[in-house]
Amino acid sequence: MYAFTYHRATGLRHAANLLEKLEDPKILAGGQTLLPTMKQRLASPTNLIDLDKVEGMSEITAAGRSVTIGALTRHNDVHKSPIVQQAIPALAYLAGLIGDPAVRHRGTIGGSVANNDPNADYPAACLALGATIVTNKRKIAADEFFKGLFETALEPNEIITKITFPVPKKAGYYKFRNQASRFALVGVFVAKRPSEIRVAVTGAGSSGVFRVPSFEEALKKRFSPKSLEGLTIPADGMASDIHGSAEYRAHLVNVCARRAVAAADEKTPAE
Amino acid sequence: MPTVSMKVNGKDAKADVDPRTLLVQFLRENLRLTGTHVGCDTSQCGACVVHVNGKAVKSCTMLALTADGAEILTIEGLANGAQLHPMQEAFRENHALQCGFCTPGMIMTAVDIVHRKGNNLEEHTIREELEGNICRCTGYHNIVKAIGAGARAMSGEVTKQAAE
Ligand SMILES: Cc1cc2nc3c(=O)[nH]c(=O)nc-3n(C[C@H](O)[C@H](O)[C@H](O)COP(=O)(O)OP(=O)(O)OC[C@H]3O[C@@H](n4cnc5c(N)ncnc54)[C@H](O)[C@@H]3O)c2cc1C
Ligand code: FES
Ligand code: FES
Repeated sequence: MYAFTYHRATGLRHAANLLEKLEDPKILAGGQTLLPTMKQRLASPTNLIDLDKVEGMSEITAAGRSVTIGALTRHNDVHKSPIVQQAIPALAYLAGLIGDPAVRHRGTIGGSVANNDPNADYPAACLALGATIVTNKRKIAADEFFKGLFETALEPNEIITKITFPVPKKAGYYKFRNQASRFALVGVFVAKRPSEIRVAVTGAGSSGVFRVPSFEEALKKRFSPKSLEGLTIPADGMASDIHGSAEYRAHLVNVCARRAVAAADEKTPAE
Repeated sequence: MPTVSMKVNGKDAKADVDPRTLLVQFLRENLRLTGTHVGCDTSQCGACVVHVNGKAVKSCTMLALTADGAEILTIEGLANGAQLHPMQEAFRENHALQCGFCTPGMIMTAVDIVHRKGNNLEEHTIREELEGNICRCTGYHNIVKAIGAGARAMSGEVTKQAAE
């Protein structure tokens, strides 16, 4: 790890001011991605702004037909939240699949979404549920937010403050894990919303999370795993590495999508 | 250098540190609490698990400065004097360690599992919860057995503490 100057933010505004003022700054949330990255010297900020002691950014609230989760909410707290379990059980279930218990005690939803790892879980949920990413400057629809591998619509000095998820009629997530890293080799989040059906895929694409219009069309006719039988997606555009070829990933997208639809129907267990 | 202070195993600890200091380094090098191990230093193996404000955390993936003001529990703080913690006792009883390198992290994780999931743990729950702890020797079988037994033994412990 290269040397940096440490700053403990006392509030959101303090953090925002430090971000504007300091040279080559970076925010530290749960540190479960940033610290390993800094150890590998793939990131080397001059100034590190720690959000750990910032209050008021880890609340979960329900209002009307939506659930809002503060950016600093830990994965384990999303998993355990009665509000999330009740309104969007698939989201609570997804949070409980991230990494391992110790990672879930530190990692935050804001950090995960800001990082936009192509194998991360939350981006699929955000895109399928039509979430809104709220920052200290503006609101960004999930459709506009995820821009590719580790790329987002965030400006350099922008801080995610919370994420709002509209409550779907039903939703399901199925994750086919990479056994070694525990990230998604392929993960599919399916949401039946009042106005539309969305199928979002993480892990598979060579440029991050994406939707599958042909699956969405088929599910619109009938929301059942059967509707997806025999449908394929091209291997073109899938990621390919030692963990799985593009063809394998394309195949898994259909398998995971069918299982996600089945999970949505039986109400995903969110223990 | 910035100052960090925290409570470790019930005792106040304070030092000036390089901001890069990881919590595990602070424990091992500043406080000489070498029970907490570094197996991978890449957040994978769980040998470095300690409790921060009552929750299991990988201490190689947290800055010491972030733990400012926190209460830390390490493997050294678990036993009650010469009397082993029930989970430590269960690991000994069940031959749940060979080289012992992973053991401190396993035990700290095990105690955290009991705090979250209670005293009656199914085998598959234990295996799922051990996702972030790697052992290169035992094949896990006896670790899983020990955690089940330790969890049950801890229920006695809680009532005993409550009675005192
Ligand atoms: C062993 C292991 C297994 C994992 N498995 C999974 C998995 O299965 N699925 C999965 O999805 N993830 C997984 N992760 C990643 C984990 O979910 C991280 O917690 C998450 O990616 C980053 O969140 P963080 O709070 O730790 O952010 P940090 O590491 O602190 O920050 C990550 C990046 O986001 C930026 N950032 C953080 N917060 C904000 C904010 N509020 N606004 C703007 N920018 C911000 C930081 O500057 C940094 O660039 C795993 C990690 C580990 C170590
Ligand atoms: S040393 Fe921390 S997880 Fe391996
Ligand atoms: S006993 Fe040797 S690594 Fe677990």
